[in-house]
Amino acid sequence: MKPQIDESALLEGLAASEKKAVETIYRENYNMVQSLIINNNGSADDAKDIFQEAMIVLYEKVRPGNFELSCQIKTFVYSVSRRLWLKRLQQQNRYSAPGDSIENVVAVEDELEDHEQRNAEFEMMEKAISNLGEPCKGLLEAYYLQKQNMQDIAASFGYTNAANAKTQKYKCLMRLKKIFFATYKNGNGDG
Amino acid sequence: MVMDDIKILDAVERYIRGEMKPDERLQFENLRKTNAEVDQLVVEHTLFLQQMNQFGERKNFKSSLNEVHTNLTEQGKIDSMRLKGKAKVVYLWKRYKRVAAIAATIAGITTLTISALVWALSPRSDDNVQEMNRELQVIKNEQRNQKAVVNNLKDQINTDKKAARKTIQFKSGGTGFLVDGKGYLVTNAHIIRNSKNIVVINSKGDEYNAIVLRTDNAKDIAILKIEDRNYKSIASLPYGISKTVSDVAEPIYTLGYPRNDIVYSEGYLSARTGFNGDTLSCQLGIAANRGNSGGPVFNHNGEVIGIISTKETESEGVAFAIQSKYIFDAVDQLKKDTAYQSLKLSSKSSVRGMNKQQQVQKIQEYVFMVKGD
Repeated sequence: MKPQIDESALLEGLAASEKKAVETIYRENYNMVQSLIINNNGSADDAKDIFQEAMIVLYEKVRPGNFELSCQIKTFVYSVSRRLWLKRLQQQNRYSAPGDSIENVVAVEDELEDHEQRNAEFEMMEKAISNLGEPCKGLLEAYYLQKQNMQDIAASFGYTNAANAKTQKYKCLMRLKKIFFATYKNGNGDG
Repeated sequence: MVMDDIKILDAVERYIRGEMKPDERLQFENLRKTNAEVDQLVVEHTLFLQQMNQFGERKNFKSSLNEVHTNLTEQGKIDSMRLKGKAKVVYLWKRYKRVAAIAATIAGITTLTISALVWALSPRSDDNVQEMNRELQVIKNEQRNQKAVVNNLKDQINTDKKAARKTIQFKSGGTGFLVDGKGYLVTNAHIIRNSKNIVVINSKGDEYNAIVLRTDNAKDIAILKIEDRNYKSIASLPYGISKTVSDVAEPIYTLGYPRNDIVYSEGYLSARTGFNGDTLSCQLGIAANRGNSGGPVFNHNGEVIGIISTKETESEGVAFAIQSKYIFDAVDQLKKDTAYQSLKLSSKSSVRGMNKQQQVQKIQEYVFMVKGD
């Protein structure tokens, strides 16, 4: 079937976070999710939050290289958004059973469980990095996230040579790992 | 084998990233087998780098989502930003329908009860009522006459006031333009600095009193509001305000009051930054005079891309304009005061696609001369 081929190409683009693919999926699904949220006691800001979180769930699902969904992208995004929004309503104690949905809904419990785990890890890393302070934060971000090489980093941070920057990076990394693993091991218990 | 910690970590990272040459890799794998500490470091660091990568990827993805959201909204491909019209009503209705239903019921019961009471207690004689009506009519007529007299007096006072206004010596002058038809104008802060009385005059010569709502001297932006009962709100302005700077060499034009009549001049965008690389402003190649200051800079779509601020002009034909995105900033600041929540900027121009003459025809009456004492 043709649509399926198109969809897996889209998902492949999404996994590579190609702008065009992200834009297409965004454009074709946003209004649907927004009306879901607004028809169920939400605001436009809530809609944006929930939709973007659903996009992250989808992104993380296809990231490892699996571009086949068991359903259409539309159904998946709708199902995830719906679950996420119900959960938020429950947290805010304004739960109201959502009206019968026009869209198909599929079970997304496993995906959401993975997503929550990743959310927790993301927050842990974010907190650990922000606890570092500068220049450690900038140094590690430049090396590990923006993947700059040591010569460039040394130059932009004002170290006289790459070796010195490397020493500093090592010290910062040790601090970050210490902070991160302290919470990571606590947060994950024995597993 | 003596390696210091930095070198070990470096080796571990290169090993994980697969950057080692075959023989080096073999050697390292042997070290892993014999040295439990190194082995543990590899396992732990692999996990850590994975976490770092996931963190970085998600962070990038999040920011690209936001970028896409803004783009699609601006292009009108998704219905977002502020809830408008129907969506807003649906949202409010859904949110408050229970409260509204209860309120409506209570109101209904109260109305019924009151009308029942009124009906039961009201006197039944119709003759009396008619007589009263006749008397009332006489009194009303008298009142009407009095009103006419009062109105005459008021008119006289008004003309006196106008005369009084004329005697105020206006020292500074410049240009300003409406950003919201409800009477909100933007101009340069330096034009109205230290002014107590401000008058704005449109291209037809109508004068209105205005007050200063906000000035930002650093950005040289002021927001004024016309406070004058003769002023009639305009439902929508023909031009919008752009959030981005146009490209260099794009043709631009401005309307302003270097003298008592509105004057059109055109030019081009010379640089996306201002004097000495100032990112607040942009540089224009245009003939502008002192009175042009505070005037709007339009691109060919009739969108405001800046506010002329001539204070840096030293050479002929060069002017600087404050970038229009700072109008949005200034308005956002002002809107922190709940009294101005209704102030709304539009980024859509209805004159888009028209030729210059037609655009100017539509736009000129919303560009004002600003005078301060």
